[in-house]
Amino acid sequence: MVMKEISELNLPDDIRYANDHEWARLEGDKVRVGLDDYAQDQLGDIVFVELPQVGATFKQGEEFATVESVKAVCECYLPVGGKILAVNSALEESPELVNKSPYGDGWFVEVDPSDRSDMDTLMTSVACLEKLKGAD
Amino acid sequence: MPYLPHTREDMASMLKTVGVDNLDHLFSTIPEDCRFNGDLNLPEPLTEWELNDHMAALAHSVGVSPEYKVFMGAGSYEHFVPASISYLLSRSEFVTSYTPYQPEMSQGTLQAIYEYQTLAARLVGMEIATASHYDGATALAESLLMAVRVTKRRRVAISSLIHPLYRRVIQTYFEPTGCEVEELGYLENGVTDVAALDEMDDLAAVAVQSPNFFGCIENLQAIGKKVHEKEALFVVSFTEALAYGLLKNPGSQDADIVCGEGQSLGIPRSFGGPGLGILASHKKYMRSLPGRLVGQTTDLEGKRGFVLTLATREQHIRREKATSNICTNNSLCALAAAMYMASVGGSGIRELARLNYDRAEYLKHELEGAGCKVSFDSPTFNEFVVEFPTGFAATYERLLEKRIVAGLPLARYYPELANHCLLCVTETRSKDDMDALVREVAS
Amino acid sequence: MKEFLGTTGLILNEPLLWEKGKKGRCGFSLPRRDVESFPINDDILGEGPDFPDLSEMDVVRHYTRLSQWNFGVDTGMYPLGSCTMKYSPKTNERQAGLQGFTGAHPLLPASLSQGVLKMMFELEQYLSEISGMDATTLQPAAGAHGEFTGILLIYAFHKSKGVQRSKLIVPDTAHGTNPASIALCGYRPVPVTSNEQGILSVEAIAEVMDEDTAGIMVTNPNTLGLFEENGRKIAEIVHAKGGLVYCDGANMNAMMGVVKMGHIGVDIMHLNLHKTFSTPHGGGGPGSGPVCVKKPLEPFLPIPRVVEQKGRYVLAEHYPESIGKIAAFHGNVGVMIKAYSYIRSMGPKKLKKASQLAVLNANYIKEKLKGVLHLPYDRRCMHECVFSDEYQRAKKVTTLDMAKGLMDFGFHPPTVYFPLVVHGAIMIEPTETESKEDIDQFIEAFKAIVDEASTDPDVLHEAPKNCKVRRLDETTAARKPCLAG
Repeated sequence: MVMKEISELNLPDDIRYANDHEWARLEGDKVRVGLDDYAQDQLGDIVFVELPQVGATFKQGEEFATVESVKAVCECYLPVGGKILAVNSALEESPELVNKSPYGDGWFVEVDPSDRSDMDTLMTSVACLEKLKGAD
Repeated sequence: MPYLPHTREDMASMLKTVGVDNLDHLFSTIPEDCRFNGDLNLPEPLTEWELNDHMAALAHSVGVSPEYKVFMGAGSYEHFVPASISYLLSRSEFVTSYTPYQPEMSQGTLQAIYEYQTLAARLVGMEIATASHYDGATALAESLLMAVRVTKRRRVAISSLIHPLYRRVIQTYFEPTGCEVEELGYLENGVTDVAALDEMDDLAAVAVQSPNFFGCIENLQAIGKKVHEKEALFVVSFTEALAYGLLKNPGSQDADIVCGEGQSLGIPRSFGGPGLGILASHKKYMRSLPGRLVGQTTDLEGKRGFVLTLATREQHIRREKATSNICTNNSLCALAAAMYMASVGGSGIRELARLNYDRAEYLKHELEGAGCKVSFDSPTFNEFVVEFPTGFAATYERLLEKRIVAGLPLARYYPELANHCLLCVTETRSKDDMDALVREVAS
Repeated sequence: MKEFLGTTGLILNEPLLWEKGKKGRCGFSLPRRDVESFPINDDILGEGPDFPDLSEMDVVRHYTRLSQWNFGVDTGMYPLGSCTMKYSPKTNERQAGLQGFTGAHPLLPASLSQGVLKMMFELEQYLSEISGMDATTLQPAAGAHGEFTGILLIYAFHKSKGVQRSKLIVPDTAHGTNPASIALCGYRPVPVTSNEQGILSVEAIAEVMDEDTAGIMVTNPNTLGLFEENGRKIAEIVHAKGGLVYCDGANMNAMMGVVKMGHIGVDIMHLNLHKTFSTPHGGGGPGSGPVCVKKPLEPFLPIPRVVEQKGRYVLAEHYPESIGKIAAFHGNVGVMIKAYSYIRSMGPKKLKKASQLAVLNANYIKEKLKGVLHLPYDRRCMHECVFSDEYQRAKKVTTLDMAKGLMDFGFHPPTVYFPLVVHGAIMIEPTETESKEDIDQFIEAFKAIVDEASTDPDVLHEAPKNCKVRRLDETTAARKPCLAG
């Protein structure tokens, strides 16, 4: 299975990115969180996503979910701390949504942020791309 | 040279390619102070023919059928194994292959284990079973650890009528976890006393064995109800897999995890190992299961095939967060069990189990007639406890001299049952064997 | 056209057991009924399991056909790194099949089990001798089980000193069972990185070793096939802070008669009888993972212990500091007999020769393939060598593709994607029982595959073609698991 070149990655501008490739998008009062294109591409076909309970609270950087491909497991850390308002239950039946639509139907959770300035600590798509290029 | 095909020329040519003068110099990267320069203190080699003689002498000194009539079960059972199974198990494609990590060239093992998983699950009445564990004791220990993981509680209760050696294994496994293991006592009629559960809270699991160590059949439905009232997992273990050819299986009695020993299913006793740890549960606990799992899938051309699956639970991927550390399991034993279940069949296993039951009942009645007391009045399968008339130790010794092993004396495991003995009768002990035992006891 | 080993051939399809059979068939000779039928309570009477009814021929054909879809050591070369797929001598099977062993009940009185107890006692001594240790337990049923036992011993040792430490050092090259076993005992694994030479450095260990560390778990030779040259000094550092050294002995096949682990600072180690000592792998077990220890750890060994008293053997239980039991009975005796027979057949000189030839074979392959495949650590290796797919990545051919291609050539692939420290690792362990001709064939085949990778990579992307099935959909198997029929 062939992985994308860096130039082929999709990193939309209206989204912020954490160091380990979770993304966060501000939507009014809520923040929507998921896994970015680089991460889903590296993991390969996603077979299972373990999401937290609605109502649970996590600090920024705390482990809140795990993602499994056939041969790997990836822990996910919440990019913006807060309370979980909703989880994407569609992922239970169709974990492949994370691969097909990482910023759309493959979203993980909606968060009520405890500190909106957490968003500013995250990278822009430009910064994220630079980091990936540097690491290669 | 046995099994070492290199000729002098081979070695010379290969050493030249590697750029080294002699075999010793291959190890030049090992510091001098780490090298062992002597000879291993081991006996000189035997030829194949000398080995045959040596091993035959060792084997000959052991008390086994047909010279000895051994009426012992207690977790290890003598059953007939058809010649077809021994023959099939010698096929080297099964014996000399490794774990099926490369599924395309291991479909034989993979389909066979998928079949084993299915039949094992059907035997105990559950939805899914793992590909095998080491034995019934470790399967039980792993089941309790699984319950702790799933419920996030740190206390388990286990019946004192679970095999004593299994309970020791549980204590050893649980020692470093900091979890509590409570033991439940037993009643006069030889089954577990679950009254103490009323006072227990925060239980991850309650485990009983049925048929239990005394051979008695537990009231699983009643126990299960109590366990579920406590929101704990109901773990049912067994040591005699054949029992479920006849008895209500634990799945039908609301067990959450069923685990036990599969040695009765076509595997020789071999002084206690290798055995077969069977572990089965509901689909909803699938991702928490320890051990390997084989799943069905399709290939590029849409043909049915089998693969190891849900490997992200396992040590080679999950490492310290794995559901178990198990790697090599007891695959060939699982294969033997599947062959056995396939050979004996649905109709056959019922008749075979019934014969076990009837023979044991016969011996029970005859021994009662000869002055023994059957210790517990609960129904049993193919094992039961008797109290011999006084002078038991002398009787037991006298029977040994006549090459009859009259069961397992219980004093060592249950000091309150000093004169009692656990007897087992399978389809391998004939009426004549039993009559001989009774005669000796009566005299 | 050069003729390679792998070819096509007629094998047969075979359905699942419950897709065959007819009600009333039986493949078992039901014993004669010589007692009457006794009543049985309806409360306990079940319906019996839903098994298919098959004749003996149904069963024999079924498993004969299935076996032909498999590949074993007896079929061809099986260079799985860290698995030691050496030839399993058939005389060992014969010995393990003797009625006096197969029919033995584990709780027989000692007077009736002398032969098997003697075998176990002597095997313990042989393994203690080979490992350079003082005492052995045969109870663990596999390597990982042995690791668990070893760490329980470490736990018990520290507990007896009134201390409870919380962590254990584990190298980044460790087999997954190592951290998993550590976690089972409630310890936290502390990872250390190997240096640029692929081995542990004294500094890296000194940096993390403290009074809260129970010890270190090393594999020697390590999973890169390299001898841990700083092992002795590392042991000193660990011992100085009161820790213990555990050695994962999976790679012992390189060391018999060459290095005694007990002499280089190891306190506890496990051995794999189904690797170093030739017992067959059975498609995933049963194995046997004895644990050997130095004197200070002997009191904690599992019970019962096999003890000799004036020429008689007994199973002794009175060891108050023992960790208890890790298996119901005495371990996998049926497997031990095969290892015992192997050691008695080889003798001391040939066991050492076996290790030397295992290392020769691995170094030979390393030299022959190193221009062809990328060799991350170009140094003398022990019994296995590790390559990567770096040269092939430009053509989008991966380690996986090459492994699948090898099947069509008639070889079982090496271990792939392990150890994790090498990206796209290919770990090749030939063992000493492979002849030079068979190894040369393997090298030819791998070279042909590497050629294919540059000239016609799609062939490899679609391999294998000669096996019973093509590449399998492991994604769907994990997304929608179907674990029973």
